[in-house]
Amino acid sequence: MSTQSEVSHSIGATIPAEVSRRLKRRYAAERRFQAYGIGAIMIGLMFLLIMFVSIIQAGLPAFQETRIRLDVELPADKFPDDPAEQTAEGMRLVGWTGLIQQAIRDQLQPETRADALAMHKLLSPNAEVGLRDIVVADPSLIGKSVSVWLLSAGDVDAIVKGTMSRDVPETQRTISDRQLTFIDTLEEQDRLRSQFAFTLFSAGASSYPESAGIGVALVGSLYMMLVVLCLALPIGVAAAVYLEEFAPKNRWTDVIEVNINNLAAVPSIVFGLLGLAVFINFVELPRSAPLVGGLVLTLMTLPTVIIATRAALKAVPPSIREAALGIGASKMQSIFHHVLPLAAPGILTSIIIGLAQALGETAPLLMIGMVATVFTYPETPMDPATALPVQIFMWSGLPERGFVARTSAGIMVLLTFLIFMNAVAVYLRKKFERRW
Amino acid sequence: MSAVETNIQSETVVPPQTATPSNVAKMRGRDVCVFYGEKQALFDVNIDIMEREVTALIGPSGCGKSTFLRCLNRMNDVVDICRVTGDITLDSQDIYDRAVDVVHLRARVGMVFQKPNPFPKSIYENIAYGPRIHGLTRNKAELDEIVETSLQKAGLWKEVKDRLDSPGTGLSGGQQQRLCIARAIAVAPEVILMDEPCSALDPIATAKIEDLIHELRENYTIAIVTHSMQQAARVSQKTAFFHLGNLVEYGETEQIFTNPKDERTQGYITGRFG
Ligand SMILES: Nc1ncnc2c1ncn2[C@@H]1O[C@H](COP(=O)(O)OP(=O)(O)O)[C@@H](O)[C@H]1O
Ligand SMILES: [Mg+2]
Repeated sequence: MSTQSEVSHSIGATIPAEVSRRLKRRYAAERRFQAYGIGAIMIGLMFLLIMFVSIIQAGLPAFQETRIRLDVELPADKFPDDPAEQTAEGMRLVGWTGLIQQAIRDQLQPETRADALAMHKLLSPNAEVGLRDIVVADPSLIGKSVSVWLLSAGDVDAIVKGTMSRDVPETQRTISDRQLTFIDTLEEQDRLRSQFAFTLFSAGASSYPESAGIGVALVGSLYMMLVVLCLALPIGVAAAVYLEEFAPKNRWTDVIEVNINNLAAVPSIVFGLLGLAVFINFVELPRSAPLVGGLVLTLMTLPTVIIATRAALKAVPPSIREAALGIGASKMQSIFHHVLPLAAPGILTSIIIGLAQALGETAPLLMIGMVATVFTYPETPMDPATALPVQIFMWSGLPERGFVARTSAGIMVLLTFLIFMNAVAVYLRKKFERRW
Repeated sequence: MSAVETNIQSETVVPPQTATPSNVAKMRGRDVCVFYGEKQALFDVNIDIMEREVTALIGPSGCGKSTFLRCLNRMNDVVDICRVTGDITLDSQDIYDRAVDVVHLRARVGMVFQKPNPFPKSIYENIAYGPRIHGLTRNKAELDEIVETSLQKAGLWKEVKDRLDSPGTGLSGGQQQRLCIARAIAVAPEVILMDEPCSALDPIATAKIEDLIHELRENYTIAIVTHSMQQAARVSQKTAFFHLGNLVEYGETEQIFTNPKDERTQGYITGRFG
């Protein structure tokens, strides 16, 4: 006995060559395996890094926009006399563009007609929006001259930001040498500046990148999130509570359970088709409406919410239920007073993750006509709108340099929301994590 | 054998005889059979649980003690596959009768579990929950009163009166178990069922619970499942020995421990199996 154990103790000193070779091979295999693992993680991280860098590089410029300060004359004879008509609606037909073009000509003094046209093109076709807002807000300006920072054309913006090079031959850029001199003049006169691109967040669709924004898409997405929250939370929780706590265990509930698990894995576009067939063709709800989008996304997130809620309910120890039942609480009371409150953080987490999933979803929305060019904000969930990922998808199909930047900027905004929501979910989970 | 016996003689022969057993069966089981699915866990159990006495249920693991105890307040209803036949009465009323409201029954027959299971709420809320759902009080003052008396009866008041708002789960194991007893008392039950209430506790906490059981016997009928024969001998007046789903022997604790009629009982209490 003792000699045997002595042998095994001294084995470290005198390992036979065969054994040591095998040991070495084993350690090498272990190291190799670790190296593979680390390599796989590094590759993943590298791609993530490349993705982030390229998106941020492409998207950051879109968060700045260039504006030109002009002194615009507002001759009273071009405006309605009646103060009651000096509203956005009443002044729609005022020749705003003419006023602005006059202002830039006054500023830069063109020598030829071609010069004048080139000057007009320095401004965004939607530059008038800025001016109109100011006058609508303060009609007393009519008859006077105002100094406003107006949105420049996308090409000017690109030159100022340096995303378009001045050094290439004139024929290869969309902006002429003559226009470059105008830009320089404006710069010298201190009439050119870069500022934070509020337009990106406030504007709706536009054919010009500099005046296109995610405002309408954000509102559309917000409406859809609200619909999802208002439907998926109560329906999902009710279904989960019933299935987990009340439903008898028989063939029917088994079938339902299997189906819910399978639904969670159904490609989202299928839900889009379902929404198209049911909500639009059958119920005849309007196309492109956030309400319909929300309904479709609700269907899509419900399985996730139900499964996660059931898991949260299951995690509440049976001893709590027994404690409540043991002092004469009814089943309802034991669930609503004790089990649900304890499961609430888990349920909340699942809802947030479901919402994040819904927020990033594009495919089903394409099916129900949310790929629409919508210029005005939807006032109700029944008005046409688009969604953030759909807006990004639409921009990604456009060739202009400005839209490329806006695509990436949109992705950055979307990712920010998603990361934020997931962070909240993780925080809730950590904060309310219980050890029983 | 002798160790157990001396223990019994020195401790159970002189239980505090302050309470007056009324010689009335509070609960009665007749031909009780319990099935879990196909498997039968209890066979024709006949037992009378006497009013204001402590009845100990002993027997080896898996012999059906908990199963029987849980029949007495229909906690087995929660188990889908569980089926109970035979009659169980409380004050001669069949508790499995359709007319009996199980919620009301559980208020009359309270339960304390093996592992202390306070709600993850404040000490106050733990006690107040039962009276609240049963509508036992009309105002906060009455509720405060119930909370205080329940904690006092459970011998916990002195230890927790300054921290009623702190979580019940923050107490020590023994305190948690007494909190659970207080919680059961708060709904004014007539019978208290205890399923191995001390198995998760240290000896000192166990002694406190045993003292508490002595005191509670004055006002309540108690059925306690226990693993420890010393404990059964110390706290109970009647003892029921279960084996493989059968009630082998039932009688005065003293008689069971000193002069068991059945060989199996003898074997169990002398530690030959268990
Ligand atoms: N929920 C249940 N489902 C199926 N069988 C059970 C269940 N609870 C107890 N049993 C079975 O019933 C028998 C008695 O169990 P139990 O009453 O817990 O024993 P004890 O409390 O005496 O140790 C055991 O064989 C056990 O396997
Ligand atoms: Mg047991």
